[in-house]
Amino acid sequence: MTLLKVDDLVVEHRTPGRPVVRAVAGASLSVAAGEVVGLVGESGCGKSTLARTVCGIGRPASGTVSFQGRPVTPLGLRRRDPSLTGIQMVFQDPYASLNPRRRVGDQIADGLRTAADTSTTPADLLDRVGLPREFATRYPHEFSGGQRQRIAIARALAARPSLLIGDEPISALDASAQAQVARLMRDLAVESGAGLLFISHDLSVVRLIADRIAVMYLGKIVETGRTDEVWADPRHPYTRALLGAIPAPDGAGVLPAELPGDVPDPASPPAGCRFHPRCPKVMDVCREREPEFGPVACWLHEPA
Amino acid sequence: MSERHETAAGDGVLAIEGLTVAIRGKEILRGVDLTLEPGRVHGLAGESGSGKTMTGLAVLGLLPHGARVAGRIALAGRDLLSLPPKQLNAVRGAEVAMVFQDPATSLHPMLTVGRQLTEHMRHHLRLSRGEARERAIDLMRKVRIPGPEEAIGRYPHQFSGGMRQRIAIAVALACAPKVLIADEPTTALDVTVQAGILRLLRGLCDDLGLAVLLVTHDLGVMSAVADEVSVMKDGLVVETGPRGQVLVEPRHAYTRALLDSLPENAGNAAAATAGAEPSEGEPA
Repeated sequence: MTLLKVDDLVVEHRTPGRPVVRAVAGASLSVAAGEVVGLVGESGCGKSTLARTVCGIGRPASGTVSFQGRPVTPLGLRRRDPSLTGIQMVFQDPYASLNPRRRVGDQIADGLRTAADTSTTPADLLDRVGLPREFATRYPHEFSGGQRQRIAIARALAARPSLLIGDEPISALDASAQAQVARLMRDLAVESGAGLLFISHDLSVVRLIADRIAVMYLGKIVETGRTDEVWADPRHPYTRALLGAIPAPDGAGVLPAELPGDVPDPASPPAGCRFHPRCPKVMDVCREREPEFGPVACWLHEPA
Repeated sequence: MSERHETAAGDGVLAIEGLTVAIRGKEILRGVDLTLEPGRVHGLAGESGSGKTMTGLAVLGLLPHGARVAGRIALAGRDLLSLPPKQLNAVRGAEVAMVFQDPATSLHPMLTVGRQLTEHMRHHLRLSRGEARERAIDLMRKVRIPGPEEAIGRYPHQFSGGMRQRIAIAVALACAPKVLIADEPTTALDVTVQAGILRLLRGLCDDLGLAVLLVTHDLGVMSAVADEVSVMKDGLVVETGPRGQVLVEPRHAYTRALLDSLPENAGNAAAATAGAEPSEGEPA
């Protein structure tokens, strides 16, 4: 069953006196119940904008986002439609997303109230994310980054989400905490039958937890597929470059391959395929026409 | 304990011996031994809280107030720990330089890149304005910033993250240091950008004969550029050796646990470091 469906989504950022930036330029994505989808790409490619729009924090310029068959309406001043509280987000920076002046138990209780859950206590949720129950009476500054992110996850889970979104939830953490927190998010989401959209620029962690992977470049999703298949046989040249840039801890001293050039300005994306100025396999057709198909948006892999 | 490198005097450009650091009675480093050699990258791995960064800061005398330091940090025969502040200032930035994790905060947002590149050159090397400018352009070219003549008049926010880190490296290299301490220089960057910075660091080390101390938690990065690898845990170096040996056939159980906790190997030993994160379970 499709839980979340994003169809040809376009999100624009407008700043007076500057050209319009199309942060998301026609992206389509779906997440099924109990499925973990990893969204990867370089910084500035529009991953976070996509996630925020799915939550209703941003307003789409065109295209649709639907959750359990109903459209997601942008968050306004009024109380959010209760059916949409099934989407919960874990933000990037646990130092900013928790209120420093409230006890963590009270902040988790906000989530429980949203779900009208009177039987669970904040301590139970701390237990689920692997923290001692008595931490509920403490304040966020008393915890390390990894512990804070666990608290943020507990707060999101308290609202009984059917879709959990993690917007770079591990990038502010230590290496040792990263894999643990990522796996915790996966386990908790799958256990409760919820879908998880996990956004990260760290490919090795996404590989660890995602069932499906979507690779984003400059506002477009360029490749989707099962994680193991994409990892074993990346087909889009951009996916190949991304995977090739990860240094392997094999002790061989091999410097990772460099992808030439910078990400182009999203305010004036190149004509044709967005990746063509940096692509090692560029052809004439790439400069003229944009590949508008999937699962691999590349002229080398045009569906017959 | 670590295997000590038996190096003859004068072999290593920087030798750290029995370094201990205590802050408010808490021991952060408990006797660290490291030797840096010219033209070699020495990687320092370990989890956060293991004392990697403190080791780097101690070399530059940048430890927080109230830190009690003992041991010896020898640079070309002088002990940096016993040097009076004035002489230490002549070493910092000139003979030993540092690159920090986040280029967005390590560069001054309101000064042009050129100003930040020339200030310490004029102070340490007593160059004239014109000479310093020439040299700054040269350095920008060396770290491969496109259009260096125009670039030195720009401000940090006008550059991308990868370019900013290149500039931070250029600032560090300005006075031709013998030792470069790079504290997580690629952690804030994307993998594609990281690849470029690692190639740059390796190239500078080979061409200029720099001794680099690379502090990183990323064992992939370590494997790509480091010649020697030291692994730290709880303020002690638990293992030191050539890259190929430490990352392939680690002798210490902790190094093995670190390697097993990598996503690539996580299937084999899911909970290997579950209890190893020092901060977990005891909030500061």
